Amino acid sequence: MPMSTIQSVAGENEQHPDVALVERVRAGDVSAYDTLVRKYERQIFRIAQHITQNREDAEDVMQDAFLKAYEKLEQFQGNSKFYTWLVRIAVNESLMRLRKRRTGKMVSIDEDLETEEGSVPRDLADWAPNPEQNYNQAELADILRKTIQGLPRSFRVVFALRDVEGLSTQETAEALDLSVPAVKSRLLRARLQLRERLSRYFRKAGQPLPVGDGRADAQDGEVEE
Amino acid sequence: MTCTEFLALLDDELEFDRTMAAEMRAQIETHLHDCEHCEVVFNTTRRTIEIYRSHEIYELPNDLRERLHAAIMEKCKGCK
Repeated sequence: MPMSTIQSVAGENEQHPDVALVERVRAGDVSAYDTLVRKYERQIFRIAQHITQNREDAEDVMQDAFLKAYEKLEQFQGNSKFYTWLVRIAVNESLMRLRKRRTGKMVSIDEDLETEEGSVPRDLADWAPNPEQNYNQAELADILRKTIQGLPRSFRVVFALRDVEGLSTQETAEALDLSVPAVKSRLLRARLQLRERLSRYFRKAGQPLPVGDGRADAQDGEVEE
Repeated sequence: MTCTEFLALLDDELEFDRTMAAEMRAQIETHLHDCEHCEVVFNTTRRTIEIYRSHEIYELPNDLRERLHAAIMEKCKGCK
C-alpha cells in the first residue's frame, strides 16, 4: 500500500471532533451548534473577561461572538481549529466593546504595551511549599484577579490564551493576529511579571523582600538590611 | 549558559525534559544546579502557571450560563 494512503487514513482518524459538528451545522442542524456553544461558552466568557475586565461586557461579547461565528460559519475555512477561529472572533468583539466604551477611540491588543517591568526578575525569594493554602478560596481568587489585571492588556491576553486556556503558541498567534515571536516575547514577560507580583503573597516566611536582582547591581538603591 | 540565556527559554514550554534536545537539556540542568536564583525563578514561574490554570477566577454561574446559552440559541435559530 502506498505510504500516502496510510497517512491519509491516519489523518482522518485524527480529525478533530469539531469538524463533524461544524459540518452538521452547515447542513442546517442547529443542535450541533448547541453542542459547540456548550463546549466553549465558559472559555469564551473567561477570555472576554480577561480583555474587557468587565462582567457585563463579557456577557455581551460571549453572545455576540457565538452569533457572529454562527452567521459567518460559511467563511470558516478549516485551516485552523474551530475553537481558534472562535477565539479570534471573541478577541475582536472584546476590543470593539472596549472601543465603544471609550467613545470611538481605537483600541488594539498592543495598547499599553510599553513597560520594562518584570523583564528581569528582582524578587528571588522562594515560595512556601503550597502557598495558596494560606488563603481561602475567595481571598486567593481575589489575589489572582488583582494580579493579572495589573498586567498590560497584551501580556494578559497572551497569558490567558496560552497558559490558562491551553492554546498552542501558534494558535495564540493566529487568534491575536500576532507573529509567533511576538507571542513568545509577551508570554515570557507576562509569566515573569505575574511570578514577581505573586511572590509578594506567596514567599516563604522569613525570605527577604526584593533588593535588585541580587547579583549584578543595586539599581534601585535599596540596601539589604 | 548565562542567566539571561536561561530566562529567554521561559517563553514557551516549561517541560524541558520532553521537548528539548539532550545537549540543551543538560546545559539547563547544569545551570539550574549551579544557580539558585534561576532555579527559584524557574520553579515559581511553573507554579504561577499551575495556580492560574487550576483556579477559576472568572466564574460563570450556571444560571447565568443557561440564560446566555438560551439567548444565543434563540437568536441562532432566527439566523437562517
